[in-house]
Amino acid sequence: MGYVAVRGGEAAITEAIRTLELLRTAGAADPLGVDQIRDQLRLLVDRVMAEGGLHDPQLAALAVKQAFGDPLEASFILRAHRSHLPRLGETAAHRGDDLRVVRRISSAFKEIPGGQVLGPSTDYLQRLFRRELIDESPEAFKSVVKDWFKDLPDDAVPATFPKVLDLLRAEGLLDDQPAGTEAVDITRSTLAFPIPRPARLAHMARGETGGLLAIAYSTMRGYGYLHPTVAELRVGWLPVRLPHPLTGEPVEAGEVLITECEIIATHEAHQGSDGPPRLSLGYGACFGHQETKAIAMAMCDRAMVSGEQRGARHPAEDAEFVVCHIDGIEAMGFCSHYKLPHYVTFQSDLENLRTSRAKMQAAP
Amino acid sequence: MTNDDDFGFLDAVAVREIRRGLLKALAIPGYQVPYASREMPVARGFGTGGMQVTLAIAVPGDQLKVIDQGADDSVNAVALRRFIGNACPGMATTTRTAEATLIQTRHRTPERSLVPGQVMVYQVPYPDPLQIVEPSEAERRRMHAHGDYARLWVKLYEDVVRYREVALSNRYPARVHGRYIIDPSPIPRWDLPKLHRSPVPHLFAAGREKKLYAVPPHTDVVPLAFDDVPFEVERFAAADGGRHRCARCGAGDTFLDEIPLPDGTRRWQCNDQDRCDERMEAMA
Repeated sequence: MGYVAVRGGEAAITEAIRTLELLRTAGAADPLGVDQIRDQLRLLVDRVMAEGGLHDPQLAALAVKQAFGDPLEASFILRAHRSHLPRLGETAAHRGDDLRVVRRISSAFKEIPGGQVLGPSTDYLQRLFRRELIDESPEAFKSVVKDWFKDLPDDAVPATFPKVLDLLRAEGLLDDQPAGTEAVDITRSTLAFPIPRPARLAHMARGETGGLLAIAYSTMRGYGYLHPTVAELRVGWLPVRLPHPLTGEPVEAGEVLITECEIIATHEAHQGSDGPPRLSLGYGACFGHQETKAIAMAMCDRAMVSGEQRGARHPAEDAEFVVCHIDGIEAMGFCSHYKLPHYVTFQSDLENLRTSRAKMQAAP
Repeated sequence: MTNDDDFGFLDAVAVREIRRGLLKALAIPGYQVPYASREMPVARGFGTGGMQVTLAIAVPGDQLKVIDQGADDSVNAVALRRFIGNACPGMATTTRTAEATLIQTRHRTPERSLVPGQVMVYQVPYPDPLQIVEPSEAERRRMHAHGDYARLWVKLYEDVVRYREVALSNRYPARVHGRYIIDPSPIPRWDLPKLHRSPVPHLFAAGREKKLYAVPPHTDVVPLAFDDVPFEVERFAAADGGRHRCARCGAGDTFLDEIPLPDGTRRWQCNDQDRCDERMEAMA
């Protein structure tokens, strides 16, 4: 770097960063291990990976540490890194049928083929403090895993399950979305409206959980009418298959934890034919174990498809409204930018007001 | 023109896309070209659009000036200059408008007349002047395509009826080359006439909204106005009927900052730091 202009601003920035580092290290506790964050704050790490748009638990955990635990900042760090990575290839479409399921429930039927698998769920926890965690004994902490695997037979749980929706599909009750549309890489393509459904889903998968939830909640409360039923919510490990560089055959390269949700909404006249009415669907899927996000996403998906079919009547049905406002990193950035000096525009505002008042005084 | 992996931070695909977008923007003056804006290591809203354009067009040997609110030492200008400078080895940075080949700015066009060989890059929060009257981008694109600016004119008219003056101070809408109306980023009205038939290209980049647009050199940029209510820049009118002048260099022909003093009075001084310094040096 050549000649660098240095005045007050440079020193101020350096000091601000030093102060942050002071606060990060203040207190008597040992430094927080990235592995501790990755393993024990897994839901936060999952959220950061989803919103950052990169599946990398180790880097996501580092981002959490570096961002002092702020999920927006952490996902931002991850996404800025992701933006700089080369795109190595493209996989074929992956299906949720292949999930190695750790949890799957359906609220549509009492019993489902393969059974309801509650798995690790916080749904029925009583939200009371477990004060014993304040000073946890490392021995007790480590014994949990040991005891868990002691007597577990290898075939305790089947690896994959049939889809609940297939039952209804076999009966011809579903209004399936056309599946022919190509996936869209939203990081490399321009944003234009109307926006195709695969791009909408991709935007939602990276969307900020709270923002997506607020919009989905509006449809649940009456700004829209979905009357949704969770056909199936599954959490599991999705085998990722890449095309082999020589043969082109799909090869399993690893697996990622995802949450997938399919909702059934109200039945509607079959689109594009005079056939009998069918049940409409919504789909949501995202990295990690994030049930609220996947459900909210499926609801917004359904709402937007409805809006597309018969005109958007509510915010959640307006794809442009949803897609442009759920990205936490963009929203946070723009919200924060108001902290930057704006004294030129404000001066201009003041002059405009003074001129206007002078003119009104001169010729009332 | 080479773009080595270690120059300019952006990958080659992004650089190519941005340059193509800029060429299209220059070819269709004032038209907003959508592009796949990359996430940068600085927050959206802090100049990621301007940064991407600067990084995509900078070459070793360039002299870069970065200003925010007319100042080279504003914290955001410092942060951006540091990042871009580090990402572009072989490029020098400067605070001198006269020496700069590439000027990235937020909210101002320099006071000093620009000369061929220089390029202006503006950081843009809102790329679309129709956003004032229409929230939906799909609808706004239709309106631009049809040259349908009626609602914007009505807004201007209603302002004049209510306030005797168009209630837009900065980001004042202007028609480029007789066709598209642009939002000239939030530069004050004061700077808008500098774009008219300017000898240099003015490139506008909205990172968050993912749009590029441009005013090519020697192109008409005409602020929207009515025959009987002409466009007017900031007056900086003093109580005695005259105009405030810079308390430092004495200039009476620059955009001023108004600084409230503890005794309730105001101090007025040049907003463009480099222009003010230049005058001070000339007088010394």
